[in-house]
Amino acid sequence: MMKWIMGGLISVSVIVGIITGNISEVSNAAIDSGTKAAQLSLALLGTMGLWGGLMRIAEKSGLTNVISKLFRPVAKFLFKGISPDSEAFRAISMNITANLLGLGNAATPLGIDAMKKLEKADNPGETASRNMIMLAVLNTASIQILPTTVAALRLAYGSQTPLDILPAVLLTSLCSVCVGITLVFVFDKKGGRT
Amino acid sequence: MRFSDYIIPVFIAGILIYGLIKKVDIFDEFTVGAKENLIAAFDILPALIALMTCVGMLNASGAADMLCSAVSPFLEKIGFPAECAPLAFLRPISGSGALAVYEQIISENGPDSFAGRVASVLLGASETTFYTIAVYFGAVKAKKTRHALPCSLAADLTAFILSALFVRVFFA
Repeated sequence: MMKWIMGGLISVSVIVGIITGNISEVSNAAIDSGTKAAQLSLALLGTMGLWGGLMRIAEKSGLTNVISKLFRPVAKFLFKGISPDSEAFRAISMNITANLLGLGNAATPLGIDAMKKLEKADNPGETASRNMIMLAVLNTASIQILPTTVAALRLAYGSQTPLDILPAVLLTSLCSVCVGITLVFVFDKKGGRT
Repeated sequence: MRFSDYIIPVFIAGILIYGLIKKVDIFDEFTVGAKENLIAAFDILPALIALMTCVGMLNASGAADMLCSAVSPFLEKIGFPAECAPLAFLRPISGSGALAVYEQIISENGPDSFAGRVASVLLGASETTFYTIAVYFGAVKAKKTRHALPCSLAADLTAFILSALFVRVFFA
């Protein structure tokens, strides 16, 4: 997938650059962009380090466990036919919590673990079960409470108030995740299978 | 003084104090966690160099402007800034690609401009859908993902439309 995007973008840039006479700008961009990428990740390093450290403390102190218990009612509503005491349910709660806290690195392994446990519990064979689809849809929507990467970049590019977008981000995320969840429920009714 | 000014300091203090109460060595654990994330940040750099070069060249050639002006009549109708169109296209496909386009948008328009804010909300409120579906279903035997992708993309489209709407509401 990515190889086609990369090849496509570069070819289009060179061809369009020649036609429009912007080729010297394209040349400069080619030389300059790598430096920009390094600067960008440098701007991210501090915040990502800070966040990783804080979340490690939250994990070690059991705070993430407390939060995941708070989300049990939500998980119970979203996932059908699995016991709240099961391993699959626990993995799902932890995955949701990691996503809420913006722990991308922790959320993915937890989510994959939850996916495998759901497969074991639902045993759907070649076709994804309803619960597996729900978990995937939840993970493709962003439910992160604090968009730290975005805030760090806004600050690096001179924003006066990097977090002023927070209410808009939260409302947008909430609406989009609700649309995803609702559609899973709608497909349920239509398909009539679990 | 804004409410959002309190969030980060209170959040950080809360985590540290809770850690101290639970007798966690907060300094040592902090450094371990920070190191993990620094490695992760470093890991995305190669992809970021590749994609920012692509995006930088595309912008310099004028092709990105052509794309924007081609779709802008439609986007104007739903009130979405044309500058953010490339971000909306790339967001579900590539995380580093989206980051590269986002950087371009906020460096050209400023992070506190309308386009800068819409881009920030869009990036903060959506995920790399195709990648996530691939990774999650790649780990299990089930290969028929049924309505997983349509539901996720509908959620992305919602985020895409609402990001501009909510920025207008909150920054009118």
